[in-house]
Amino acid sequence: MRYSGFKVFTEGLTGNKGWKPVWRDPKPKSEYDIVLIGGGGHGLSTAYYLAKNHGLTNIAVLEKGYIGGGNVGRNTTIVRANYSLPGNSEFYSHSLKLWENLESELNYNVMHSQRGLINLFHSDGQRDAFARRGNAMINQGDDAILLDREGVRQHLPYLDFDNIRFPVYGGLLHPRGGTARHDAVAWGYARGADKRGVDLIQNCEVTGIDIEGGQVRGVRTSRGVIRAKKVAMVAAGRSGQVAAMAGMRLPIESHILQAFVTEGLKPVIHHVVSFGMGHFYISQSDKGGLVFGGDLDFYSSYAQRGNLPMKEHVMEAAMTLMPMIGKARVLRSWGGIMDMSPDGSPIIDKTHIDGLFVNCGWNYGGFKAVPASGWAYAHLIATGEPHETAKRYRLDRFRTGRGIMDEEGTGSQHNLH
Amino acid sequence: MRLICPHCGERDRREFTYQGAAEILDRPSREVGNDDWADYLHLRENPAGETKDMWYHDPCGAWIVVHRDTVTHAVHSGELASEVRK
Amino acid sequence: MRIAGKGLIDASKRVSFSFDGRRIEGAEGDTVASALLANDVRLVARSFKYHRPRGVLTAGSEEPNALVTTGSGAGAEPNVRATMVEIHEGLEVKSQNRWPSLGFDVLSVNDLAAPFFGAGFYYKTFMWPGALWEKLYEPLIRRAAGLGALSGKNNADRYERAYAFCDLLVIGAGPAGLMAALTAARAGADVILADEDSRMGGRLLAESEEIDGKQGHVWVAEVLAELSGMENVRLMPRTTVTGAYDQGTYGALERVGLHKAAGGHLPRECFWRIVARRSILAAGALERPIAFPDNDRPGIMNAGAVRAYLNRWGVAAGKRVAVYGNNDGAHKTARDLMAAGVEVVAVIDSRIDASVALDAPVITGGRVIGTKGRLGLEEITVASASGERQIKADCLAMSGGWNPTVHLACHMNGQPVWDEAIQSFTPKPGMIPGMEAAGAANGVFSTAGCLADGARAGEAAAADLGKKAAKTKMPKASDGAYALEPLWVVEGKGRQWLDFQNDVTVKDVRLAAKENYRSVEHMKRYTTQGMAPDQGKNSNVGALAVLADATGRGIPETGTTTYRPPFVPVSIAAMGAGAQGKGFAPQRFTTSHAASVERGAPMIEAGMWYRPSYFARPGESTWRQACDREVTMVREAVGICDVSTLGKIDVQGPDAAAFLDFVYTNTISTLPVGKVRYGLMLREDGHVMDDGTCARFGEGHFVITTTTAAAALVMRHLEFVAQGLRPDLDVQLVSVTEQWAQFGVVGPKSRDLLNDLLDAPISDETLPYMGHQAAQVMGVRGRLFRISFSGEHAYELAVPARYGEALYRVLVARAEMLGGGAYGMEALNVLRIEKGHITHAEIHGRTTAFDIGFDKMISREKDCIGQKMAAREGMVEESREQLVGLKPVGAVKQLTAGAHIFVEDAQAKRENDQGYVTSVCYSPTVQSFLGLGFLKNGRARYGERVRLVDHLRGVEAICEVVNPVFFDPEGGRLRG
Repeated sequence: MRYSGFKVFTEGLTGNKGWKPVWRDPKPKSEYDIVLIGGGGHGLSTAYYLAKNHGLTNIAVLEKGYIGGGNVGRNTTIVRANYSLPGNSEFYSHSLKLWENLESELNYNVMHSQRGLINLFHSDGQRDAFARRGNAMINQGDDAILLDREGVRQHLPYLDFDNIRFPVYGGLLHPRGGTARHDAVAWGYARGADKRGVDLIQNCEVTGIDIEGGQVRGVRTSRGVIRAKKVAMVAAGRSGQVAAMAGMRLPIESHILQAFVTEGLKPVIHHVVSFGMGHFYISQSDKGGLVFGGDLDFYSSYAQRGNLPMKEHVMEAAMTLMPMIGKARVLRSWGGIMDMSPDGSPIIDKTHIDGLFVNCGWNYGGFKAVPASGWAYAHLIATGEPHETAKRYRLDRFRTGRGIMDEEGTGSQHNLH
Repeated sequence: MRLICPHCGERDRREFTYQGAAEILDRPSREVGNDDWADYLHLRENPAGETKDMWYHDPCGAWIVVHRDTVTHAVHSGELASEVRK
Repeated sequence: MRIAGKGLIDASKRVSFSFDGRRIEGAEGDTVASALLANDVRLVARSFKYHRPRGVLTAGSEEPNALVTTGSGAGAEPNVRATMVEIHEGLEVKSQNRWPSLGFDVLSVNDLAAPFFGAGFYYKTFMWPGALWEKLYEPLIRRAAGLGALSGKNNADRYERAYAFCDLLVIGAGPAGLMAALTAARAGADVILADEDSRMGGRLLAESEEIDGKQGHVWVAEVLAELSGMENVRLMPRTTVTGAYDQGTYGALERVGLHKAAGGHLPRECFWRIVARRSILAAGALERPIAFPDNDRPGIMNAGAVRAYLNRWGVAAGKRVAVYGNNDGAHKTARDLMAAGVEVVAVIDSRIDASVALDAPVITGGRVIGTKGRLGLEEITVASASGERQIKADCLAMSGGWNPTVHLACHMNGQPVWDEAIQSFTPKPGMIPGMEAAGAANGVFSTAGCLADGARAGEAAAADLGKKAAKTKMPKASDGAYALEPLWVVEGKGRQWLDFQNDVTVKDVRLAAKENYRSVEHMKRYTTQGMAPDQGKNSNVGALAVLADATGRGIPETGTTTYRPPFVPVSIAAMGAGAQGKGFAPQRFTTSHAASVERGAPMIEAGMWYRPSYFARPGESTWRQACDREVTMVREAVGICDVSTLGKIDVQGPDAAAFLDFVYTNTISTLPVGKVRYGLMLREDGHVMDDGTCARFGEGHFVITTTTAAAALVMRHLEFVAQGLRPDLDVQLVSVTEQWAQFGVVGPKSRDLLNDLLDAPISDETLPYMGHQAAQVMGVRGRLFRISFSGEHAYELAVPARYGEALYRVLVARAEMLGGGAYGMEALNVLRIEKGHITHAEIHGRTTAFDIGFDKMISREKDCIGQKMAAREGMVEESREQLVGLKPVGAVKQLTAGAHIFVEDAQAKRENDQGYVTSVCYSPTVQSFLGLGFLKNGRARYGERVRLVDHLRGVEAICEVVNPVFFDPEGGRLRG
């Protein structure tokens, strides 16, 4: 079924009786060419691009809960391509290009809104670091504008320019940055993959990975054994547990990142604003809720919930940066499990086991990566070769020391990001 | 969240700085090869459940190995890193 | 309508306020909602999506409809519940989400287009043409959405945060909570009793029941009197416990001054962190509406709320009231109204076999299948076995049963259990460690049951805390059974509203199921059911029942969505109290701060510290003029600079030298006493962590310095190494950053200056370069180091911090006499760039010792932190970006930090990127812009011409790659 304004109109006239299921509920087959472990954003986009770009459709996506129930449905919805280092630059640049065409690609409105992202800076040193980043963005073919203090004031007049603890020196504006409706991304890819024949199997937990003679043979699940020629792990938040089924340890620690939304308010924040000194970033959803987040709670956790110290710290950052926000009320807070890699950059690679692939380590950046990650992972799984935009996302970079991508410069070992 | 400092007792999480899995205490000697060394520094069990990890109690300066649960956030015990290593 | 003689407030104490500009008379103790109802105002708000007229539904914080804005200007508070706002004289209340007025709202046309605005319609349209999303569709949606508006002005009110500790936190002061608190407190436990209402008592204030032969509120007053007389009890009214967190930590929001006019001495709100060894959840239950057609008109209210307005506030919610329910509880509403003389036009019970002992028209087996009234209820249509009939009514009191308030118990992801008897979810033990539920929150609905369950929980908590509770004498109260028959949806013409706030209907949930958004989470996210400000408190259970039915599953099997904190929305100002303005982070001031400010220096942030940027003199109108002069002054005479912000760590113990060998790449143990050595620290990953100096004071005594930015990090790292990796070494560390004030005395005349102040003069022989010694400065014992960051003959003089300011003033005055003076961070930066010294601009976390040309400083003679990983093949490749100096040689003489480096004629794109510029300055000494940067294979490329491109600032410059030490590479000036 093709969605359109006309379809919404005619269905409205006829009592909305003609809408069809967005995806099937197939029973798992006993064998597939490819099994993807994880029905989150990355798994679904991988399935979609395997079908669309490579014509591979004998595929199952195994999801232990419901489609899109992981981090793709619990983030702050920011989409941007403002990375500094080779490896990340080309990957996120590709991702943003895919985002820009996603509605028509999927025939599903993911509400990608390029309202502009402003990263604030608060010292001369930070300005220089952001200039380096902005120049890297332009070198990559993306957009960036360096705003001085007055330039920021034009865009964000409601910031505290007079009494703030860390005065605003300026900001790096990324006009093509913005937000998207997170659930819709998962659903749009799911619908597209399903339409192309991919089996999306919910409530199906993988309990083991079968390996014979260094070659993957399939998986065991809560719904029976499924044989497969290739198995691709893409289960952010549970990467370590899934890899352990294949006897692997990953360079990942799982951390909690909280996010917040306020009650609905009339439009007041028109950009995505990022306040590095307070690890605070905010935008306003189309429904009017202020959506914002902060730093990790900073302890390894799988609880998908956080504690008060970080919540309060986030509110403190909001109050010092934009004291007009004080009377907005936080409606809901939640937590996602972040796959934190040592250098803060992800991994899309083969493993030492034939036919077994790994996609993990998205840190805080997984949402905006959904299109390009699926694209690159599908390419790797289908062809056995890394995609041009993701060839630096190697698992062995920590052993060789070559191509470490530490955007924050806080170190390429755990718990520094 | 409240953690256990062997010197100071149960204290609020705000008093602590976190530093990841206690596996970091098993530092290999310099004779060990680069790959094994890299694995020590980067690969993690990362358990969903019981774990031991490193916390620095800022007010008293103690590094503590905390035994806790990453799923329930239960905190079982805290031991001085210097004692664990002895 | 106010009924004389009813209610627990004194209606003669008049308080007036305004609603949409209209003056409303209420009484002391009224909420905005009770006062509006007393004045027969039923239309209070417009809904979120369709702008439907809405009135008050509930009498509590769960209110979904009656959201209003109070106050104006910077004090405007959007989205507050009219049911929770206590009126005070002069209070301004405005309705929201309507234009031009509440009665006539243009966007209510949305309601006519509702067939096209069903669940998730926006996912299916607005896609073409793509460019119109940001330009047209999104702005339209955004403008229509949202509820109240922020003022846009800086918060001008005061908020607070506080901590509290107790043995037992009792959440809710209804019958169960009061009994629990009383029982535990009598046993000697430290108890906090928190209740979100302004007045404690819970449903006992809203019902006409008796306890021990007294009216319920009288019994409440007696219990409260006893509790408030006990030293181990703290009563916290107006305090909503908002979240349950780990190890017995709870968040709570107290409305401290919201019930008074702004501007008084009270903060508006206080956010509490309460640490409790045990807690009892006695938060009661919330009544649920029934999803019948057009069930959202103003005047249609929850039956329990209608009772509350009558019994507590003496207000009849209507003049002709119909009651509709599926349980016996609803009958109480009719009974109480009739007793107060209000006309009850019908009691409709959905149960065919219900026995209703009331002297009112009763319809058993009845269904309300429609309602009329554009801005308020006028008529209902009731269907029953005897056919359909219309009944005129201005209020319909409905009850679909009650849901225990399980929310807090579920904040740690625990799933509540389905209870068939009450057709709702109850908490199960252990969902929150240390928490137990009691009373209605535990699914116990009779008053007697609540009292007993509260006493039981209080006793159990006391026992857990090691206290023995005396046997509680149970007060007598009614013990009526709670009988109900499930009633979720009533079919008929018209939309049955579930989530009043987000305008979600039964049809929307069914559409979600039909489209295979069958998981409860998919349904929620697709329809937005339960995502409005009430977080589904009024509608989630009903919506679940509809989904379960539509998907052919039972309700328990369908499951619930996750209950997330906060229980009620919490203002950002309360949770972030104290951080506005400068309160966000500590401010650290050097001892010379005041003296620097006096000299007009702009103070800039350096981490938590403030440092002077430059010291402009008369005639200098730009920072560059001052900076150039200060640099020249240092190179030619003497400059004074406060360097106290550098981290200083005292390292002592028999193994101190061995320890420092382990944490520095270079060898420290060979350093003689009285000497200073530069030291480089790596992280274990082989990248540079920090650098600084290390001075030896004795065989087992060193003082090391760190950069300002990394001081705390290095201290923690050293403690980690000492305790976690090398407990075999006997070494102790202590930070002495704040104990010593330290000043750079820099330039060719530095020694002349010092020799005027020191009790014993120094010379090259007594204090050579990289030496240090104890020094007596004007009678004060200090430390003198001959070290240099500028490349000049220089010293750093440290004195106990209490002498810092005085010494600084003396040093600057003496320097000025010698043709020098104070210099700031700008000049400091130029001096170090001229000398090719690195800061965190260069050691930015991604660089290695190899990259900055210091790989020879990694001693191979010993183990040290970072040594192994620094030796990985990829960390020492020639192709890595290496530190170089850059000097403009083309037409453009300006350089900018952040520019990228390209081969002279290559296109400026990523594939051609050769490196980047980290630091630049104009050097008055070299009379040129100078740059430091990182260039691929840079050390092999000295003499090559490269192009710097800064797209952002529009600067391109041709540079020559040079050795990063621009000035005095032989170091002759250092040695004086």
